[in-house]
This record gives sequence, C-alpha cells and structure tokens, in this order.
Amino acid sequence: MNYTDAQIWGIIVAMGVGTFLIRFSFLGLIGSRPMPPWVLRHLRYTSVAILPGLVAPLVLWPAATDGQPDPARLAAAVVTVAVGYWTKGVVLAMLAGAATLYGLQFVIS
Amino acid sequence: MTTSTSKSTYLLGLTRALPFVIVVIPFAMLFGVVATEAGLPLSQTMAFSVLVVAGASQFAALQFMSENAPVLVILASALAVNLRMAMYSASITPHLGSAPMWQRVVISYFLVDQSYAMSNAEFEARPEMNLREKLAYFAGVSTPICPLWFGFSYLGAVLGDRIPSDYGLDFAMPIAFLAMVAPALRTPAHIAAAFVSIVLALGLFWVPLNLGLLIAAVFAMMTGAEIERRMA
Repeated sequence: MNYTDAQIWGIIVAMGVGTFLIRFSFLGLIGSRPMPPWVLRHLRYTSVAILPGLVAPLVLWPAATDGQPDPARLAAAVVTVAVGYWTKGVVLAMLAGAATLYGLQFVIS
Repeated sequence: MTTSTSKSTYLLGLTRALPFVIVVIPFAMLFGVVATEAGLPLSQTMAFSVLVVAGASQFAALQFMSENAPVLVILASALAVNLRMAMYSASITPHLGSAPMWQRVVISYFLVDQSYAMSNAEFEARPEMNLREKLAYFAGVSTPICPLWFGFSYLGAVLGDRIPSDYGLDFAMPIAFLAMVAPALRTPAHIAAAFVSIVLALGLFWVPLNLGLLIAAVFAMMTGAEIERRMA
C-alpha cells in the first residue's frame, strides 16, 4: 500500500461523509412531504429488488470455492428461501439454511 | 401511545435482530483482520468501521488500496457499492420521514442492510404502527447490529490471524439476507420483482463498480410496481 497517512485519512473521511449523504438523501431532503402514489408503489419493492440480486452471485459463485458453484451452498440457499417463504420465520429459515450447509459439508467431505 | 408500548416495540426489534449477530461478528472480525494485514493501524481500521459502517464498501476500498489504485477510483468504487442505500433511504422515508431532523440524521447513520430490511418488513406487515413505534423498532434492530460491528472490527484488528477462518462463515451473510427476504415474498408482484433482480444481477455482474446490481434493482422495482398496478 503506497499512500501517505493523510491520504488514507482522506479516503476514510470522504467515504464516511459520502456514505452518510447517500443514506440521508431521501430521508433528509423529502422528510414528511408526500410522495406520489406511483413512487410509493415502486418503493414498496425496494428490498425484494435489491437483496436477491445482492446475494445471487454470492450463492452461485462463492469466493470460498474460487467462484465454482458449490452443491452445499446452493442447497442451503434453496432451503433458506423455502423455509422462510412457507413459515414466514426468519430465524427458522436461517437455522434450516445453516443446518443444510453444515450437514451437506459433513456428508460430502 | 404510552412509553411502555414504545419500550416493548424497542425490545421486540432488539430480539428480532439478535440472530443477525451471527452474521455481523465474523464479518466485522474479518474486516479487522484484513485491514490490519493490509497495513492499516488500529486507529484507521476503527475509523473505517465507525465512520463508514458499511462492510462491503469497506472491503472494496481495502481491495483497491492494496492494489494502489488512485484515490478517486477508490472513492468512486466504494461509494458505488453503497448507492443501494439511497434506495433504502427513499423506501424508509414514507415511514420515518416525519421524524424531526436530528432523528433523521441519526437514522441515516444507522441505515444498514439489516436495520433497513428488518424495519421495512415490519412496517409493511403492520401498517397500523405509528411513528413512535416505528422509531422504537428501528432503534431496537440497530442496537445489537452496529455496536457489534465496531467491537468485533476492533477484536479482529487486535487478534489478527489467530482467528480460524474456515467454517463456512462466508455463507452466513447470504443465508441471513435470504432469510430476511423470503418472508417478504407475499404477492406475485414481490416474487416477480425478486426474480428479475436475480436474473439481471447475475446477467449484469460484469458491469464495473457494482452498478449492475443497481440497474437490476431499478428494473425489479418497475416489475413489482407494474404487476401491482395491473392486479389492482
């Protein structure tokens, strides 16, 4: 790493301020002003629009296996979603997913 | 609205967030270890975790720094990783936007993946919640997440590579996010949005700066909204 101390502090502070402003953007500037129904309709899907796309590459191409699809991780992901979908239980889904992962890793290895 | 209801809503949020401790601890420790191994002193490692509070972008910045990338490239890449949080900010605004400014500043600081996803799910599932209950719930889910992020970044930096690294813990985060999102797949519109998100995020994975995910998210939101409009 070839940076001066001041440069590294600059990177950290700029990232901190930038990330805060990203998080603050709508919450800070719009606040309680009403948003049009079509905007609200789109915002209702934010979490299901981002989180699946965020984890999909991690599930399909895990860094731990150098990007090679891994049956244990794929099965764990499917079980987590299935249990979460049918039981609506977040913790139950996490436990089922973890049990699948460790169970299959144990059986395969 | 009594204080005791606020308190129980706070405790409810706190309890719901406890399982995510399993995800935060290894991720935070790993950041401390990797940052220290990359050559950052304890003060800078901690400043990263306390000022930025966004694991994926902190790892991205470290990666670029170890490649000696130009400062502007580091900042652009790391902030692009965090742009999804602008969508979280917009999405949580109908629920928390009427809070006073200083509270919105504090909320913004704590608006991470877990606190957003858990709060949003609860607010959508229980529309009868009032502002004070929603604030209490948000504070509850943030309580175990953020301090642990700081504390275990510290432990990782101090303990270094004395930490065993392979127990499949890399997969704790994907499992946690999938577990949060699955119960939110309530309608065909939600399912279709998630499907579009996965397909486009994988198809656009080659797009630099993590921007493929944002493009995927925009199309996924449009898909959900359009299906909702047609079915209404």
